[in-house]
Parts: sequence; structure tokens; C-alpha cells
Amino acid sequence: MKLELSPEQAFFAGTTRQFLDDKVPTSLLRELRNDPAGFDREFWRQGADLGWTSLLVTEDDGGGSVSGEGVCDLALVAFEFGRYAAPGPLTTANVVTAAVARSGTAEQKAGLLPDLMSGARIGSWAYAEPRPFERLGTVSLQATRRDGRYVLSGHKAPVESAVEAEVFLVTAAAEAGGLTQFVIPADTPGVSVTPMRTLDMTRRYGHVVFDEAAVPDSAVLGEPGAAGDDVERQLQIALVIQLAEMTGAMDRGMEITTEWLFNRYSFGRPLASYQALKHRFADMKSYLEAANGLADAAAQHVQDESARAGEYVSAGKSFLGEYALQVLHECVQFHGGIGVTFEHDLHLYLRRAVLDAQLYGTVADHRDRLTSILESREQLHV
Amino acid sequence: MSDLAQAPDIEDLDSFRYRLRDWLKENMPPADPRRAPFRRMSDEEELALVAYHRELQRRLYDGGFAGIIFAKEYGGAGLTPAHQEVLNEEIVGYEYPARFQVPTFSPCASVIYEFGTDEQKRRHIPAILRGEEIWMQFLSEPGGGSDVAGAQTTAIRDGDEWVINGSKIWTTGAWWSDWGLCLARTNWDVPKHRGLSVFMLKIHQPGIDVHRIEMLNGSKEFCQEFMTDLRIPDSDRIGEVDGGWTVGTRWMYHEKSLGISHYFIRPVGSMRGANLGGPTPLGVARQAGRLDDPVARQLVGEAHTLQLAGQEATARIARGMASRKLSDQAAGISRILAGVLNTRLATINYELAGASAVAWDEQDQPLGDLGVEFLMRQARQIGGGTVEMSRNGVSERLLGMPRETRRDNDVAFREVPRSAPSR
Repeated sequence: MKLELSPEQAFFAGTTRQFLDDKVPTSLLRELRNDPAGFDREFWRQGADLGWTSLLVTEDDGGGSVSGEGVCDLALVAFEFGRYAAPGPLTTANVVTAAVARSGTAEQKAGLLPDLMSGARIGSWAYAEPRPFERLGTVSLQATRRDGRYVLSGHKAPVESAVEAEVFLVTAAAEAGGLTQFVIPADTPGVSVTPMRTLDMTRRYGHVVFDEAAVPDSAVLGEPGAAGDDVERQLQIALVIQLAEMTGAMDRGMEITTEWLFNRYSFGRPLASYQALKHRFADMKSYLEAANGLADAAAQHVQDESARAGEYVSAGKSFLGEYALQVLHECVQFHGGIGVTFEHDLHLYLRRAVLDAQLYGTVADHRDRLTSILESREQLHV
Repeated sequence: MSDLAQAPDIEDLDSFRYRLRDWLKENMPPADPRRAPFRRMSDEEELALVAYHRELQRRLYDGGFAGIIFAKEYGGAGLTPAHQEVLNEEIVGYEYPARFQVPTFSPCASVIYEFGTDEQKRRHIPAILRGEEIWMQFLSEPGGGSDVAGAQTTAIRDGDEWVINGSKIWTTGAWWSDWGLCLARTNWDVPKHRGLSVFMLKIHQPGIDVHRIEMLNGSKEFCQEFMTDLRIPDSDRIGEVDGGWTVGTRWMYHEKSLGISHYFIRPVGSMRGANLGGPTPLGVARQAGRLDDPVARQLVGEAHTLQLAGQEATARIARGMASRKLSDQAAGISRILAGVLNTRLATINYELAGASAVAWDEQDQPLGDLGVEFLMRQARQIGGGTVEMSRNGVSERLLGMPRETRRDNDVAFREVPRSAPSR
């Protein structure tokens, strides 16, 4: 998280922190373990009141942010989500809201934004696809023109909060090439959801099948066949949230471990006095600062819609996907046996970081993407 | 910083930027990869490059862009760290006097500027800014690497002079440099930190023998100096007699803060003030014909990730220290990352080069160089203070963990156990 926040941003982040501190103690996370939704709708509506779902929407459309830089403010919320391993579809709800706000028609905005921002309806992005289409950016779900309507056929998984969601944002392959996106009600005939199992305590995922689901033209979001830029923007927003959340999880894991190192004694000395551990912890602290630096820089580039936004989110994912996990596993190691029990809190943050590491592109996906970005930039300059 | 920049007598940043941009276009040559400042070269090339950098430094001085944050009375531009940041951005793509930055401007000129008398500063700072004096650190000794306060080089007072005996090591390019900043022991009968003093000395003079050390990659840049009854005037002492560790503490701080210092030019995108000038990992993968190889693409992506991570961490820490949100000890984080990340980058380049890293046709010389650089890999975790020292610093002074036990406090330095003489 940024070191220098404006007073308004510090207050905003503090409000979310206090709210999460009150509402989601780790005991609740454990209770939610077997809850089908993983979060309480009233909790989500209260979070929406704090601004969680409206930061990427302009004031004209009923949204707004504290700093005027909604992506950066959202990253502050996501950081706290990581620190609390908080429940709620922060990533997917914001992606859908931002997409409608960015490319929706006046009717789409009027019909969807008030409910999405208030938390009355949950929107989820149906983007990733199951094997063999799981590589980042692969879209095989087809949108075919038939009888004046679009017919959607294919599979999407994992889709966050798919059972809870009332609205799906579906990314589909257009007949003539390119991508077309649709915003549709989750109960559209031909759309069915099967809950998946997941390792996170409170995030839930579903496998959504589109079996010749027919949708009207009014469901198209943006230009048919030309949604590539919108999809990239959505991916960047999802990644900014992930990066901040993983950094927050890392930060909390380090905090717990710092306390442990000072308070745990063996052979008459605190663990913090052992050079073998001090040196490793100094490296972990260094990786945490690098994670913070990259996550903040990525948020700023996405906020500014800079030409380097795609590069930064991928570099952030490539770094955090490796180092956040390495650091959190080291935290477990420093704890010994207690660190791998269900009773201890560390696994809550480890789970969240591991979840984030694998979704919206793995480390390997993003390293490959970075290489492609470097190649295309080089060609531009030749 | 921004308050200063808006003070009425200080040029605002935008106006400075445009003036500098125009000046650079007129006066500085565009960056020439064949002149990469830290590639391996013959002695003749080396001397020519040093002369060239002296000239570039002189051009900056004549243009009023040397020593941005040094006071005007000492020949500097009298501007702010924010102006230096602007220069760091604008100079990207131009040649610049890379050989003057570290250690001449920092730590050496930084230390002289902070601790020198008015007379000492007037003698040396303008000369450095004009490109006339290149400085080296006479700091490490053969008897102890990281433990710099354990210096055994001895200075004995003789009237208005000091007589220095001992040996210093790991001075980069002492053979073509002009002056050294030297930490010496002036009192063996007090605990080690209380018996040190700092001196300025001309490198090429009777009483100093400069010996070049050949590194395993063939480089002969590092030197060892042997000082035998070297006499220097007391007016060349910086700081108090036996108060050298007060100076030394800041000296060490400057050395650890190279990634965030505003005393010198650090073009944006270079990690420790020095663009290594080597090929990019993407370039290596292309030269090795492996751009279509998924394994190579992973490595290229990882390398770029680590470069950005290092850059952003360094920028964050610099900002945090400037705004006092982070303590000065956070500089150790930049040093750890520079060591650890650059080590991995050297490994990635070597992996990308494949078999050509160890046996190469003539046209693959760049790949062969990467194999040799891989042999030198750990230098990135050794030079400028080992990462182990920074790990101690970060864990103890930043995070407050218990200090390592030591056997050299509160006892006369004469009584402290020392390494057996090795060379």
C-alpha cells in the first residue's frame, strides 16, 4: 500500500479497515467455510455503502472516489481485503460495474449500475474457461447470430460467486473474429451453474454452461466483435485488485510472524535473535517492499490508462504470484507445526494469496505475456 | 521538497525541465551502446573513456547542470532533489559521465560536502564538478571486508602532518583516479569506533603503491594500495581526530543509499546508478535463437519482472525516506534487492545463453561473456558491503530484532582478535 496517502484516502482506508475488523473476525471466516455463498448479502450491501463497488464509476453515473483516482482507491480496499482475507466478490463485482460504466448504453447503465453499486445485485465476470482453454486470453465460448439474436454456447469456469450472481458479464468469441461481450441475467434460459470446490474460505466459484443461450442485441456491451480493449481493461482492473490483495495478505502474514519471532522462545532466546531467521526475514521484508512498490505502480498505470498498464499488471502478477507465496510459506516455516494447523490464522492469508496467484492468469501466463509485450514494443521502436 | 521547488528564488521544475531538455539536445551526445560505460575494455579504451567522461562532466558544469543539489558557492546548481530527479529522467538516452557518479559524487563528495571545512569544500567540490578530480574510497582492507570500522591502516601524527602506513583494497579504478577518501586508525588504545579518523589523499604520489588485482573474469579494475610512510598535511583530515566513525557512519549510509541518493546522476531505469550496458534478456534470447522456446520466454518475462520490481522498490523506499515515512535504515532493503535480484538476472542470462555460455563461436561472443559474468555472479551480493551486512542492518535496525553478539566493543582495539595477515 502507498506510503503517502492523502488525509481523505487514509480516512477511507481506515474506515474499511475498521469495518472489516468489526465484521469479519477470523472466527467468522472459519464459520463461513461451509457456507454456500461465502458471504452475507447484508455485509456486502454495507460494504457497498462504504464505496467498495462504486469507485470505478463516474460521479455523473452515480459513483465516485475519494481521491479522484478510483483505481488507486480500490487498491486500498483490496489491500485491506488481503489483510483480513475478507469475504465478498470485490474483484468480479468491480470488474462488471466498471465495464458497464465504461461501455454500457444509457439503458444498460440505468438498468444495472444502481443495483450493482448498492450491492442489491451481484455481477460476475464469466471470462476464464476450463481445460483445455485455461490459458490466459483463450476465449472459445461462441456468440453466433441466429434469428436476430445472439446464441451463446460454451463453458466458463471458474466464475466467481456464480451461484450468487444475478448478472453475468460474458466474454465471447465473435463469429467474424474478435470478442463480443454481453451483460445478461444469470437466469437466462440455457445458462446453468454448477458450484465448484475451492480452497479459499469464503470465495466461491462456479462452472457456468451456456447451452445455446439466446440473448437479445440489447445485451451486447460495447461494440460487437471489438471488445478486445474492454476485456484488457477488465483484466487490468482484476489484476490490480489481486496484486493489492496479495500484498495485503503478505503484509498480514509478516505481521503475525514478526510478533511470533519476538514472543516465541527456544533455548532461552527469542526466535528473533537467531541470525539464520533474521536474515531470511530481512529478505522477506525486502520482497514485501518490492510487492508494495509494484502493486502501487500497477494501480497508478491502470488508473492513468498508461501505455505500460498491461506490462505493469503482468509484472506485478509474475512477481507476487511467486514471492507472496514464497514469503507466506516462510511465515509458516517460522511457526513450525502450528503454522500448518487449521486453528492458526496463517493459512487464511496463504489461501487468499494462492487463490489470487492462479486466477486471471498464472505466473507462467503473465511471464509469457510480458515477453510478448517486450517484443511488440521493440518492433514499434525499430 | 515541493515547497522548496516553489520557493521564489528556485527555478520551478517544469521550467528547469524544458531548459535542461533543450540544453541536452544541443550539448550532450546521444547514448552510444558501443560506449557502454561498464563493459570490459582494454587499458587504452579505459583511459580514453575516463577522459571522455571528464569532458562530459565539464560540459555539464559549463551548462550549469553539474552538482544539482550542491550549493552555488561550491560550484553546484543550488537546486533540490526534485530537480535531480528531473535530470535523472531527462538524461535517459544521452551519454553522461557515468564514471564520475559512484564513488566520486557519492559517497566521496557527499562526505566532503557534509563534513569538510569551508576551505576543504572550496578546494575539492568545484574541482569534482568540473571533472578534474575523480575520487575513490580507501575503505576496505585486506584484513577485513565488511567490518570497515576494524581498519588497521594507521595514521600517526607528526607535527602538522600525518604518517600513514597500511593497505586498502577493492578501490575500483584507483590506477586512473586522482584522490582517495581514507579511513585510518589514529588510536589503538580505545574501542574500535573511537580511534578512527578520515583523510583525503592524492593517489599518485610517493608513499602509495597502486597494484591492480585481476578478477576471475579478467577485469583489472579493482586495485589494492600499499601506503608506506605516506605523509599528508593535517589540513587534509576530514572531521575530528578519532571522530572518524561519525564521518564513517554517514559514509556507510551514503554507500548503502546509492539507489536513492540525489548527489549524483542516476538515469531512470538503472538500478544502482550504473547501467550495466549489457544485452537485455530479450536480446539474449534472440541472439541465442530461443525466442520461440517457451522456457526462454518464461525466463525473459521473469527477468523483466525482477527489473521492474527492483526499480519500483527503490523508488518507493526513496519516496518513503524523503517523506520520513521510512527510516534511513530502509536503504538496506534496496541493497538486498539489488544483490538478490541482480544475481538472479545474471543467472537468467546464463540460462538463456545455453551451451554458448561456456563454449562459443566468435559471433556469439556476447553469449560467452554472459557465461563469464555468471562466474562473477556473487559480486553483486558482495560489492559495496555484502548482503549479509544489510540483512543484519534491516533485521536489527529496521525491525528491531536483537543484535548479534560482538567481541570488539568496550575493549581497546589493540586487544581485539584479528584475522591473521593474508597478503
